[in-house]
Amino acid sequence: MDNAAALPLKAADTAAGNTKKSVRWGYKHNGFFALKVLLTLSGFIIAIIVNIAFPQKAAVEFKTYTLGIFGLNIDLTINDAYIFVIAVLMLIYGAAGLRAFFDRARRKLYCKNAAFRFAIGIALALWDIGGTKLQWFAQPFFPGPAQVIEAYLADGDYVVQNTLYSLRLYAAGFSCGVLLGVGTGILIGWFPKVYYWVYPVLKITGVVPAVAWMPFALTLLPNSFTAAVFLIVICAWFQIAFLTAQGIQSTPKQTYEAARILGSGQIGLITHVAIPHAMPDIFTGISSANAMAFTTLVMSEMLGQPGGLGYYINQSKVWSAYYKVLAAIVVMAVLFSLINHFIGIIKKRTLRWQEGVLKK
Amino acid sequence: MSSSISISRVNRVYTDTDGNTVNALADVSLDIKAGEFISIIGPSGCGKTTLLRLIAGLDKPQSGELSIDERAIKDVSTERGYVFQQGGLFPWLTVEKNIAYGLKARGVFKRNRSKVSDYISLVGLDGFESAYPHQISGGMAQRVAIARALINEPKALLLDEPMGALDSFTRADLQDKLLELWKQKGTTMILVTHDIDEAIYLSDRIVIMTPRPGKISSIVNVDLPRPRHRGGGEFLALRKSILEFFELAQAQPQPEYII
Repeated sequence: MDNAAALPLKAADTAAGNTKKSVRWGYKHNGFFALKVLLTLSGFIIAIIVNIAFPQKAAVEFKTYTLGIFGLNIDLTINDAYIFVIAVLMLIYGAAGLRAFFDRARRKLYCKNAAFRFAIGIALALWDIGGTKLQWFAQPFFPGPAQVIEAYLADGDYVVQNTLYSLRLYAAGFSCGVLLGVGTGILIGWFPKVYYWVYPVLKITGVVPAVAWMPFALTLLPNSFTAAVFLIVICAWFQIAFLTAQGIQSTPKQTYEAARILGSGQIGLITHVAIPHAMPDIFTGISSANAMAFTTLVMSEMLGQPGGLGYYINQSKVWSAYYKVLAAIVVMAVLFSLINHFIGIIKKRTLRWQEGVLKK
Repeated sequence: MSSSISISRVNRVYTDTDGNTVNALADVSLDIKAGEFISIIGPSGCGKTTLLRLIAGLDKPQSGELSIDERAIKDVSTERGYVFQQGGLFPWLTVEKNIAYGLKARGVFKRNRSKVSDYISLVGLDGFESAYPHQISGGMAQRVAIARALINEPKALLLDEPMGALDSFTRADLQDKLLELWKQKGTTMILVTHDIDEAIYLSDRIVIMTPRPGKISSIVNVDLPRPRHRGGGEFLALRKSILEFFELAQAQPQPEYII
């Protein structure tokens, strides 16, 4: 009975196997993939249709700005700019789709992301309706997307200037913090004496949020820039030192023995055994210190800096220009994500030897 | 390139965290000829790894002398290579860089760059140069560990159960590889194992150790011609006699059980 039932099934299987040329319905199938690209883009198309076709009920002033690009002066209302931004997003996702079409590995990821990207378009459309078209949301706290873009049109150079200020502050503070943190961590992890005297100090001061030191920093350091750098340094320093020391101390004794027998001296043991072994922990420290450094950066800018995105938020808040606050938040989201991404790339390169060892 | 090693009246006592003393080695003496292949076998706790660590210079005895070519062993040295039980490879280095480590550590890498690929071929790992230790099998990892130890051209190679964790096919394969390398390089080999067959198949002499206190109970000469046949009559007879030795050793009254 069982055999009889199984046989036709098997026959059907081989029949399917014979028609191998038709690709199974999935991301490898061109038609399936085209639908996914369409899904990705259709969210944004809906956002554009909503923007054009939905009646503008609320009284919103659509200012016109003149942009000088490549010697051309282009007049553009904030609404045009919004549509332009959507168009740019569509172009990016369209290009990504084209690239993925020829690349199997990217295809799968693109298909996976399609639903979420569709949702981005829908969210933009809803935001447009709630923030600009009908102004359901409390104003001026939650302006629509076009007004947020207005901040860039009105304040473009100023936003860039403040972004660069933040970036400079972050780069100076965080790089010093990483260097000091890794250095201190190695000393603590390697020399028991240093561990005995420094580790408890680090452990106690490490739990204090860096901004708590701000009054001292602002009074004792020559200018507010160095004060903010100092705060970012200490917030990165302690965290990274802590984890570096842990990584160094957890190196198996046998690994040192192997290196010694192969001819490594004391310095070789530190540079070629202890530090590589501690690398995963060092990067854990860098990632968590990075998040704290962003907080410290923005807080110190809000409390006592002549520039930076935190300063811009504070200044805009005074004028109740919440659309500018949102614009600065968007810049922060993008900037900090890029920094995280950049650190992630370095991490992946450095810890390539771990690939496949750890569950992702 | 080989060395004779002399161990005379060596004692090593460990004290554990509860303050109990363990007599890991009691009055152990052994002379190893240059170019000899010696196996040390015995049940766990008999001090075989301790003895190997003393020869390597990783540990020091409380009393007694260890010397290599008439020079006292004071510290680790590149003239005594060591292969750890689990390989002890550096997980962050590729196969190639693990093998090259000894040259770099001694600062002679630039002059000897070509040696790295020679040793990779020697242990049959061509094509795996850029693999990381976790990407290769246990047998391959041990071959990397052996190549890494041999690249410094040690006069003696100390192997601490290098094949303990391998399946029998891989093990037989690696044993042949080891013999081949031994013939080629003439290095003095000291192998710690708990596999009687492995000891008979590889060694010139088998040192049998017994625990509590760790001491050498017997030394068996293996006078079988090479290459040896694992199933041969003399092989099996020797195997039987060693097994009998351990059964006898176990039959001796053990003071712990006498109330």
